[in-house]
Amino acid sequence: MNTNFLEIKNGVALPGDQIPNLTFDKFRAEAIKIVQNGGKVVQYFAWEKSGALMLIAVLRSGNRLLTARCDAPGAYPSLTRDCEQFHLFEREIAEQYGIKPEGHPWLKMVRYHPNVTSREDVFGNNYNEDIPGAYDYYSVEGSEIHEVAVGPVHAGVIEPGHFRFNCIGERVLHLEIQLGYQRRGIERLFLESPPKRFPHLAENIAGDTTIGHNLCFTQAVEALSSISPDPGARLIRTIALELERIANHIGDLGALSGDVAFLPPANYFGRIRGDFLNMSLLICGNRFGKGLVRPGGVRFPLSDTNRNDLKKWIDGLNPQVRHVLDLLFSTSSVRARFEECGIVTQNAAENLGLVGPSGRASGISYDARRLFPTEHYPKVDIPENAEKSGDVYARAKVRSDEIIQSMEMVRSLLNGPIETDCVVGASDFTQMAPSSFVVTVNEGWRGEVSHCALTDPSGNFVRYKIKDPSFHNWNGLAMALRDTEISDFPLNNKSYNLSYCGFDL
Amino acid sequence: MIKTLKNRFEQGCKTSGYPKEKVELLPRYRGLPVVNQNAPSELAEKCAQACPQDAINAETKLIDLGRCVFCGTCESISEKQFVSFTGSYELSTADRKSLLTHGSLPSLATHAKKSFKKLFGRSLQLRQVSAGGCNSCEADLNVLATPFFDLARFGINFVASPRHADGIVVTGPISKNMKTALMSTYEAVAHPKVVIAVGACAISGGPFSGGPEVSEGLESLLPVDLFIPGCPPHPMTNLHALLAFFKQNI
Repeated sequence: MNTNFLEIKNGVALPGDQIPNLTFDKFRAEAIKIVQNGGKVVQYFAWEKSGALMLIAVLRSGNRLLTARCDAPGAYPSLTRDCEQFHLFEREIAEQYGIKPEGHPWLKMVRYHPNVTSREDVFGNNYNEDIPGAYDYYSVEGSEIHEVAVGPVHAGVIEPGHFRFNCIGERVLHLEIQLGYQRRGIERLFLESPPKRFPHLAENIAGDTTIGHNLCFTQAVEALSSISPDPGARLIRTIALELERIANHIGDLGALSGDVAFLPPANYFGRIRGDFLNMSLLICGNRFGKGLVRPGGVRFPLSDTNRNDLKKWIDGLNPQVRHVLDLLFSTSSVRARFEECGIVTQNAAENLGLVGPSGRASGISYDARRLFPTEHYPKVDIPENAEKSGDVYARAKVRSDEIIQSMEMVRSLLNGPIETDCVVGASDFTQMAPSSFVVTVNEGWRGEVSHCALTDPSGNFVRYKIKDPSFHNWNGLAMALRDTEISDFPLNNKSYNLSYCGFDL
Repeated sequence: MIKTLKNRFEQGCKTSGYPKEKVELLPRYRGLPVVNQNAPSELAEKCAQACPQDAINAETKLIDLGRCVFCGTCESISEKQFVSFTGSYELSTADRKSLLTHGSLPSLATHAKKSFKKLFGRSLQLRQVSAGGCNSCEADLNVLATPFFDLARFGINFVASPRHADGIVVTGPISKNMKTALMSTYEAVAHPKVVIAVGACAISGGPFSGGPEVSEGLESLLPVDLFIPGCPPHPMTNLHALLAFFKQNI
């Protein structure tokens, strides 16, 4: 496809002025054309450069990453009108920078905070009022319609968010998910904090995706400071990311089993998840992998003793995991609840831009480990997982397949000796390249994690943009609930298990 | 059915004997840090400078466990000459000040309020409020319900409503957008009630401290009875804190 968008490489920095600066009309037309031809939005955000606002988009088409920018108009014809994938990105830009997308079908705040410019608030909110403010919820009218409101504080030990169901009887017509309660202002903290705190900010974007987010941050900094970690460090990082994937998938399959009242797998997987978290503890002293990945490499070596301990541990668990998976998926009462529950069609998934296992469960095989491989992944064969059915069963089955594949991958990566020079301090990275731009993409356990960094003429971050896969996928959950019984909400919710804090930032 | 039984047999009983039997964590686990008081002050200063959480005071040679995220940077830099992390997961205190430490903490069991032990020693129902943070504290609290830890065997449960609860367990740095919901939850719990702060975020703002969107810790909003430090606290740290603080004879 001919386009004025520039092709860039994952995790390779380039001078900011190389990003094509298009007129807004051209930018809009080309971005829409790329997405309508099967492309997807990786990032779309605004930033301020010496008083002027810019819009920048990073799209992907097949295995190509494409980018372009334009001067931001004060208000502009919404891209969402022609292409649904921009929906939440445009709301985010309106909230962060006060740029109004005209004709946006559902222009509502995303996280509830004032914009960083002196522009008027697009939503007319008074931020002296605590959340929830004066904003509307999507509502369905009719004599038999009722609404169910849940949250922000939920019944379990989970993060806060507000769920508003429009129902007729038990049937959900529409679910609106309103988040923002976890907002810590992390993107801004990257501009205002000393560099020694950066890795900790990255690790705490979403604790269950510590490695995924920290890899994106670390690769961005390494690209900007021309540091290259040794092959051993790349291996350890790959193992850590896969352990994170296994632990989360196993935990969620256990929770899914609990949600359909089949308790044996719930208990077994609850404990086995702990084993995989403890493997991260073995490597770096923290169950979530905090403190492991740093610019330049990793902070802890993986000695031959460590490798052998891990190998034995995984070999011991492997049959147990397979047996419990078999028990879960061969129990008819489980299958009866999982199958045909909360279907998201491939068409809907494509339009929403779903990523990760949620996308793969609807037939979209995209996996960043295959198309934009980082670390050791270029040398690893990643199978194509795709189930077409789009229901809870498919979302569970994709994860089940990934557990087995990742266990085998980690096991084979542990075969040879791993040597690396460990990084000592928290901020061992040198000066970052001035006026530069870098995009990093990694496949976290929920899907595509991506960070974008822009530096100023003195090499400091001038904009740091974070995207958790949940930013794409929350709308998938809302779509799954359409025409589903409200009692199936917990099951669907757990089949996605999306991040509140990763979304809220 | 036969599969269910076979799995049951394969899994066996995995519940730990804690607190009667001690649980040892893996060697790289970083628990209670011990500060070498005789270390040269240049080394102390170097560690304090490098600490991402500014948790080290180079003059007094104290570490603030309420700010510390147990990353071990100071230990690596000083090659254990200034700070070394032990395997002890018994880290919790009944007051904020005791978290500033050289490496020994007051015994939680003896510092706990006697009235709490009497009131809640046999049954303690807690409501969890997640207020900002990264969800790993929540994850390692949830784990207490799994077979190895099995918190319910001690009469301690997490419940679905503050009306059913004896107290709240707060995680996260209390984001602006969660403050109202947190305060309403606290109000909804009947007196007498306990307030527990879990994790560096809830105690001091953690990795987000100083940011304009979060608080500087739960104590700036509510009276806190029990402080459980960590990023996140290991489930054994949580378990030890709950048992030592509320149970008799542990």
